[in-house]
Amino acid sequence: MSTRLKQGGRFTNGGAQLSFDFNGKQLKGVEGDTLASALLANDQMLIGRSFKYHRPRGIVASGGEEPNALFNMGYTDDFEPNQRATVTELFDGLKIASQNHWPSLEFDVGAINKYLSRFLPAGFYYKMFIHPRPLWKHVYEPFIRHSAGLGKAPRAEDRDKDTYEHFYHFTDVMVIGGGIAGLQAAKAAALSGVRVLLVEQTAHWGGRAPVDGGEVDGTPITEVIDTLVAELEAMDNVTMRTRLMGAGVYDHGYVLGYERLRDHCPEEAGPRHRLWRIRAGQIITATGAIERPISFAGNDIPGVMLASAVRDYAVNYGVSVGDRTIVVTNNDDAYRTAITMKGLGLDVPCIIDARVGGAGALGDEARALGIRVETGKGIAKVKGGKRVTGVVMCSQVGEGAMVEEFECDAVAMSGGWSPVVHLWSHCGGKLTWDEQQSHFRPDSERPPLGATGEGFVSVAGSANGHMQLAELIGDAHGAGLAAAKAVGGASVKSKFPEGTPTAENPVEPVWLMPQGAGIDLRAKAWLDFQNDVKVSDVQLAAQEGFESVEHAKRYTTLGMATDQGKLSNINGLAILSDALGQPIPQTGTTTFRPPYTPISMGAIGGEARGKVFQPLRKTPLYEWSDTHGSDWEPVGAWRRPFAYLQPGESLHDAVNREVKNTRENLGLLDASTLGKLVVKGPDAGKFLDMLYTNMMSTLKPGKCRYGLMCNENGFLIDDGVVARIDEDTFLCHTTTGGADTIHGHMEEWLQTEWWDWNVYVANVTEQFAQIAVVGPNARKVLEKLGGMDVSKEALGFMEWADGTIGGYDARVYRISFSGELSYEIAVPASQGLAFWEALVEAGAEFGAMPYGTETLHILRAEKGFIMIGDETDGTVIPQDLNLQWALSKKKEDYLGKRAHLRSHMADPTRWKLVGLETLDKSVLPDGAYAVEDGVNANGQRNMFGRVTSTYYSANLERGIAMGLVKNGPDRMGEVIDFPKVDGTIIKAKIVDPVIYDAEGAKQNV
Amino acid sequence: MSNVVSALQGASFDDGIAKVEEMGLLGMITLRGDFADKKLIKAVKKIAGGMPDQRVIVEKNGQSAAWMSPDELLLIVPHAEAAGVAEGLNASLQGTHFLAVNVSDARAVFDVSGPHARSVMAKLAPVDFAEGAFEAGVIRRSRLAQIPAAFWMTQDGAFRVVCFRSVAKYAFDVLCVAAQKGSEVSAS
Repeated sequence: MSTRLKQGGRFTNGGAQLSFDFNGKQLKGVEGDTLASALLANDQMLIGRSFKYHRPRGIVASGGEEPNALFNMGYTDDFEPNQRATVTELFDGLKIASQNHWPSLEFDVGAINKYLSRFLPAGFYYKMFIHPRPLWKHVYEPFIRHSAGLGKAPRAEDRDKDTYEHFYHFTDVMVIGGGIAGLQAAKAAALSGVRVLLVEQTAHWGGRAPVDGGEVDGTPITEVIDTLVAELEAMDNVTMRTRLMGAGVYDHGYVLGYERLRDHCPEEAGPRHRLWRIRAGQIITATGAIERPISFAGNDIPGVMLASAVRDYAVNYGVSVGDRTIVVTNNDDAYRTAITMKGLGLDVPCIIDARVGGAGALGDEARALGIRVETGKGIAKVKGGKRVTGVVMCSQVGEGAMVEEFECDAVAMSGGWSPVVHLWSHCGGKLTWDEQQSHFRPDSERPPLGATGEGFVSVAGSANGHMQLAELIGDAHGAGLAAAKAVGGASVKSKFPEGTPTAENPVEPVWLMPQGAGIDLRAKAWLDFQNDVKVSDVQLAAQEGFESVEHAKRYTTLGMATDQGKLSNINGLAILSDALGQPIPQTGTTTFRPPYTPISMGAIGGEARGKVFQPLRKTPLYEWSDTHGSDWEPVGAWRRPFAYLQPGESLHDAVNREVKNTRENLGLLDASTLGKLVVKGPDAGKFLDMLYTNMMSTLKPGKCRYGLMCNENGFLIDDGVVARIDEDTFLCHTTTGGADTIHGHMEEWLQTEWWDWNVYVANVTEQFAQIAVVGPNARKVLEKLGGMDVSKEALGFMEWADGTIGGYDARVYRISFSGELSYEIAVPASQGLAFWEALVEAGAEFGAMPYGTETLHILRAEKGFIMIGDETDGTVIPQDLNLQWALSKKKEDYLGKRAHLRSHMADPTRWKLVGLETLDKSVLPDGAYAVEDGVNANGQRNMFGRVTSTYYSANLERGIAMGLVKNGPDRMGEVIDFPKVDGTIIKAKIVDPVIYDAEGAKQNV
Repeated sequence: MSNVVSALQGASFDDGIAKVEEMGLLGMITLRGDFADKKLIKAVKKIAGGMPDQRVIVEKNGQSAAWMSPDELLLIVPHAEAAGVAEGLNASLQGTHFLAVNVSDARAVFDVSGPHARSVMAKLAPVDFAEGAFEAGVIRRSRLAQIPAAFWMTQDGAFRVVCFRSVAKYAFDVLCVAAQKGSEVSAS
């Protein structure tokens, strides 16, 4: 059984007692524990069920590579699935539940799948569920979703109570990994005076060096680490962060760092996670190495663990995984585990070494401690169900015939070490196969390249394939110096540290144990613990023609789980290579993609949630409108009042009231969102003639003109009123949504095409609050406020003037989008609210009421005025909207002119704008299509028109609409059919789109 | 002048790791033109005491000129004087190709101050705010989370942040979130 040792561990010694909840059981741990070490201390060997076959699973590793120990964590608002126990620091009150079992962890119905495993081979789902097609969506997928899957999704009604943030950081050299190599590299780089950022994903500096031991320059490694940390902390140019993982490396020295601030102390105030967005001149990946499992039958039974993890739990947390631990290995390093366990007074019945030659100095040390060592042997199978009870030893070269059986409660396995090459590889660093060490390591000749063609990532320590302290410490020092030099750091003289050499025998590759294992053993030899992929699955994939490693991965799902195959990839591709009869480097690796281990969605979203999820744009009148019944409508990022509801009024009633009141009395509209672009310069007229389809250069100062804008493909992109301010200056009104895009459009043409034209543009949209004063009483209220002459004679239709109204500096445009007598008045934004309130007060006696965007739409639709975005959708040209009058024939060129000559643009059968009058007076659905007999090539009903704008008109007491209809203007009076989604049909008569005051008499008074 | 109000009417926050205050209205004039033009240089010097280089803001007697782009400056003056300054530029630069326009009311202005002000800014803007890298005299036209913003440091070490008036509430809120309690970064 696994248990807590009396002597304590490096991280837990002296720690306070903590309690936590596991599947409703109260368990104890101590401060300094990870969730994994605490579970083991409670002899909780079985911690979950596997993904596909629901096999009992235990903890395998001690770090971020752990595939099995994933938990649903928290209750409601703090619930999060797939939390990895090995990297979860224990805190008091932590609550977890194991995943993927029903009804309970101990008794799981889904475990029947393991008896069906021969019917669930690689590619089973692809083969089984492809036919008949409709069954996938309605039968197979819902079933599989119920039975498969890891953690639960959070409940829809729960809200994460934590906050998150981003942080931008700039540094010269970034060192990823705070083990001995990272510390040494950071120090070497920092000596030159450049800015250094050193990050470590765990809570502790030093990595696994203190567990493995050794000396540098004659000093024990733990002292070396303490000294390095102290030196770095004292340097002003060094920033050090623990609990910060280098998650991804991207082009231009961009690195994402994932800092876990409150996971270990959730009750403290402050953000839970912080996403560091780092720009580094040079990046050093000192990311260490990960031990590989060995593929033997039953290697997934709880109690089978990586040898390094067994050692970590003992040394760091004072937890023994078992009383009797069998060590199985193909390298010397695992002997350290046996020696450690023996040293703690625990039993190690045997070290099973697959190598005939056995180990070097560590082998002698083990034997001297009385540990039995068997060389040239392997494990035929592990015995046990929910925990290990024993192993069957066999000859490694045979087929698994028993040589001897051992009783044990833990198996420490080591298949060799793979450098963590992920961050090196994210941005294109290449790998080389190291034949001697049987692993892929970074090829320092082929690093990720920066903008100058020079490498911007280097690698240090065991991540670089240097598995011995003697080699790696100097390698790391050199990497630090080189990185500092590459970013222009001062050159410094420094002594290279020297590690004490060790005499180890080389690792020998063991991809399957025993070498000649038959199908019954191979079908129980797990490669990918999290996705339940076995040796036999990969072999089957190869047999079925999935020869590319990327194809085999997707077919078998090897390495596709949340651990991204950290333990399984190399073993899997070795099996694949063997099955294909080709060397491992020829098979290659799958692609390493960020993040290194999963990071929270909260960290990615950062601060953007709740009230700062998205910026809302507000006019100076927003607060007033909000307190006067505004029903808000999003218009781009703006919020505009759709209508102003009076107490007890429905939205529909409010709109009808506003429509009638504006036609009969006086309406006030917040038009501040309309784009206002100042265009100035001696070539401004020429420039606007190119941008608008009609002529702007002939406009006289003091006058206004409506204009259309097309893009170079001839499609309508904007419209609005242009006012000429003086000889050189125009003010162009754009649509609300067009203000920024048209500003950009103007700048693009000025900067890229007509760069020699003397024109400047400035966007002054927000400088002004612009208020439309609309209706028969519009002039009366302005005259009452007084200050300037707004009579027809002084300020005619389509003219503007500067002056004051009621004491406010105002620019008044006599323009109308409603067909009524109308003034649009621009005042400085800071005075907007006061001016609006003055209008409301002075207008009371004239029936003044604010109106919203829906009334604006209805009034313009009654007049047959088009709206960009309703009548246009990016495929509509002015001719479609009967706006030929606005296409200048005098101008030699303007944007869109040439496009309009294309055959399709000149096609007489294009759908054209008409009015639509429903026979039953109902309101047509927006976007409804007009249909005729027959079907098209896709089997769809033939269509010949669609509704573009549709409203209820309170003035006419019926629905009004506009639409685009094939040959529409030639079909006046014809009745056409618009089917509704409920299957009924609305009949509508084609009419003139201008319904209200066709002569324009009412706006010109 | 009670009719003249800034977007948030002086909202402030001081319950976190930095103080965030909406400042009153500032006079601002966008000036576009040829930076080599003698008339323009003279006019700018008269207002702000000098011509700013790239990413620089110069200041004299409380009036500033900030570099915005190779042909655009932002002139900062008292709010009540902005219209007059723009008119003055229109007169003094007559005959050259330029654009001077009053944009004072299109903006909102904030100060972020306190020992952690640099960290608060670095949570929202992709800019190097390290000491030595960002000091008084530097201006950056960048973004604050999801909105465009420009910022520089005042003589007393606070960050002055300028954004569009319509997003003043978002700017204030997001600065307050970034300054929340317990969110110190302390990265040198």
